[in-house]
Amino acid sequence: MDLDLPPEHELLRRTIRDFAANEVEPVVEEHERNRRFPTDVVARLGPMGLLGIPYPEEEGGAGLDTLAYAIAVEELSRVWGSLGIIVAAHTSLGCGPLHLAGTPEQKERFLVPMAQGRVLGAYGLTEPEAGSDSGGTRTAARHEDGPGAGSWVIDGRKRFITNAGQAGTYVITARTGARHDGSPEISAFIVEAGTPGFTVGRLEEKMGLHASATGELLFERCRVPAEQMLGGRGDGWKTFLKTLDGGRISIGAMAVGLAQAALDASVAYARERRQFGRPIGTFQGVAFMIADMATEIDAARAMVWRAAWLKDQGRDYALAAAEAKLFASEVAQRATNDGVQIHGGYGYVEEYKVERFLRDAKLTEIGEGTSQIQRLVIGRRVLGLKVV
Amino acid sequence: MRIVVLVKAVPIVGNERLGDGFRVDRGSGLEPNGNDEYVLEAALKLTEAHGGEVTLLTMGPAAAADALRKGLAMGATRAVHVSDEALAGSCARATAEVLAAALRRLEYDLAFAGADTSDGQGGIVAAAIAARLGLPYLSYAAHIEPGADGATVRVHRLSPAGYDVLEAPMPALVMGTQVLGEPRYPSLRGIMQARGKETLTWSLADLGIDPARVGAAAATTRVLTAAPPPPRAGATIIRDAPDVAVERIVDFLAARSLV
Ligand SMILES: Cc1cc2nc3c(=O)[nH]c(=O)nc-3n(C[C@H](O)[C@H](O)[C@H](O)COP(=O)(O)OP(=O)(O)OC[C@H]3O[C@@H](n4cnc5c(N)ncnc54)[C@H](O)[C@@H]3O)c2cc1C
Repeated sequence: MDLDLPPEHELLRRTIRDFAANEVEPVVEEHERNRRFPTDVVARLGPMGLLGIPYPEEEGGAGLDTLAYAIAVEELSRVWGSLGIIVAAHTSLGCGPLHLAGTPEQKERFLVPMAQGRVLGAYGLTEPEAGSDSGGTRTAARHEDGPGAGSWVIDGRKRFITNAGQAGTYVITARTGARHDGSPEISAFIVEAGTPGFTVGRLEEKMGLHASATGELLFERCRVPAEQMLGGRGDGWKTFLKTLDGGRISIGAMAVGLAQAALDASVAYARERRQFGRPIGTFQGVAFMIADMATEIDAARAMVWRAAWLKDQGRDYALAAAEAKLFASEVAQRATNDGVQIHGGYGYVEEYKVERFLRDAKLTEIGEGTSQIQRLVIGRRVLGLKVV
Repeated sequence: MRIVVLVKAVPIVGNERLGDGFRVDRGSGLEPNGNDEYVLEAALKLTEAHGGEVTLLTMGPAAAADALRKGLAMGATRAVHVSDEALAGSCARATAEVLAAALRRLEYDLAFAGADTSDGQGGIVAAAIAARLGLPYLSYAAHIEPGADGATVRVHRLSPAGYDVLEAPMPALVMGTQVLGEPRYPSLRGIMQARGKETLTWSLADLGIDPARVGAAAATTRVLTAAPPPPRAGATIIRDAPDVAVERIVDFLAARSLV
C-alpha cells in the first residue's frame, strides 16, 4: 500500500496552490462583497485544464483522474469556496451526465467545449417541489413530431441551480410520461442558453458562496430537437443519480478545503494572539480544538481520496462517496465553527475571513443530498433494508 | 535555437530547514529556484517564437527530480540531472566546475541562468561557468532576443539609468532578471506530458570528474554559522484611502532618497 500521492498529483497540488494564492486570493474579497461572479478567474481555469480534469482528452478534458480532480477542488476551495462550487458544479454535474450518457455527437458538440473550459455547464435537477425527493420532478417534456426525430417541448422550472445565468449548456431532467407502475418516467435533456422559451429566473441571495450564482431555470414551451435528449427515454433520473455519486466526492473535497482553510487561519492566529500574557494556542481549551480540527480533517481527506481512488479503479464507490461527503461536510461545519471560536470577536467580523469559511461550509451539508439523505443512502446499503 | 536552462532545486520557499553543518536540507520538498523560472519562461517563449528546444540542467540530490518535473510540465523538452553522492556539500566553485562539464557535453546556442538562488544567494555560479567555458556572459538581462543574423544574441541589461543593449556571438550565457516576465503555471496537460519526457541522469564518472574535487571535503568556502532571520518588526501599516496612502508611501520613500 502506498499512501504517497503520485508525483504528478503532488505537482498538480502545488501548481493549484500557487495559482490560488497568487492569482485568486487577491480578488476574493471584492467579488464576495459585491456578490460578483468571477468571470475573469474562471476564464483562466480553462486553458490550465482545470475545467475538465477527470475527462479523457478526446472529450476535451485534461485526461487526469478523480483523485487529481478532488485535490484541485480542495485547493481552490481552500482559498475560495465560491470558486470551488463553480468548478465542482461545472465538472461533476454539468459535464458528468454528458460523459456518462452522451452519444459521440453530443460529446463532440457539448462536452468538448465544456471540458476545455470554453463553455460553463450547469445541472438542473432540483425543483421547488422536488428537493431531496428528486424523483418528484414536475417539469415535463412533450414529444412533437417534426422533421427528423421531431422535438421535445419542455415546461416547468428548476430551482437552486449553480452557474445559472453563467452557463452556456444546461443538462436538466423532465418527466416524459409514466411507467407501468404509475411512477414518473424521467428523461434528461441538453438545453443551450438562448434557446427560445428558456430563461433564467431569480438569482438567490445566499448565506454564503456569494460569488457563485444560484438561480432558477424557467422553461415555457421551450423546444429542443430530439437529438438533445441525453441517454435513452426514461433513463434520465438514473443518469442524474449516478452523476451525484461522483459529485459527492467533489463536495467532500470542497468541504475538506474549507475546513483546512479554517485550520490554517486558526493555527496562525492561536500562535500569535496573546491573552493572559501568553499565546492563546498554549491554552488547552484552544489547542484541543485545533487538535480535533486537524484529526478530523485528516480523516475526512482520507475518505475523500479513497472514494476517488475506488472510482478511478472502476470499482463501486457510491457508498464510499456518500460516507466521504457526509463526514467531510460535518467536519467542515465543526472546523469552520471552531475557527470562528478561536478567533473570538475577530472571528465574527468579516476582515478575518473565518466567518466566510463557516457560511460557505454550511452548503456542503445541503447540496448534492443533505446529510439526512446521505444517512439514508448509507443506512440502506449497510442494512439492506428500505430505510425511509 | 537550442537553449539550456540552469535550474537549481531549492526547498519550497518558507519551508527551508538547516541540516548538518548549516547546510540547507534538500532531501525532499524541492521546487525550481524562483529566479530560474523566469529565465525558463524566457527560454520557452523564445523557442515558441523561433523554434528550437529547451533543456533543463540541474545538479542536485534525487529530490531535484520534482523541480525538473515542474520545468518539464511548463514546457521544457528534456532534463539533465547531474546527481552523485559525492556532490553533497559542494561549494560554488565545484558546482560551476560540474555544470560546466555537463554543458560541454550538450549542444546549445544559449545557456540561461537566474540571478541568484533563494537558498544560497551566492549569485556567482553562472559567471564562474561562463569563465570556465570562455562564453560571453550577459548579465542582468531584462529582455532577450536573437540577433538579426541568427548567430548572435542581443539582451537589454538593466542599468541604473535604464538599460544597455548588449550583443554577443552564440553560444553565450545569459543571466536573467525577473523583468523578463512572469513564469507560466504548468497546465494539467503539461503535467501529464512531463511523464513521457526524457530525463538523463549523469554521475561524476559520466562527466569524467574526480570525486575528490567536489563535495564538502573539497569545498573552498566554509559556512561558519547560520541563523534564521529575526522576525520582521516595526512595519508601518497604512490604512488610508488609496490616494492618501500613495502620497504617504511616496513621502516615506522620498525621505530616505529611495524615489
Ligand atoms: C447553493 C446551492 C447550490 C445548489 N446547486 C444545485 C444544482 O446545481 N443543481 C441542482 O439540481 N440542485 C442544486 N441545489 C439544490 C440542493 O441539491 C437541494 O437544496 C437539496 O437537495 C435539498 O433539497 P431542498 O432544498 O428542497 O430541501 P428538502 O428536500 O425540502 O429538505 C428539507 C429538510 O428535510 C430533510 N429531509 C427531506 N427528506 C428527508 C427524508 N426522506 N428523510 C430525512 N430527512 C429528510 C432534509 O434533509 C432537510 O433537512 C443547490 C442548493 C444550494 C443551496
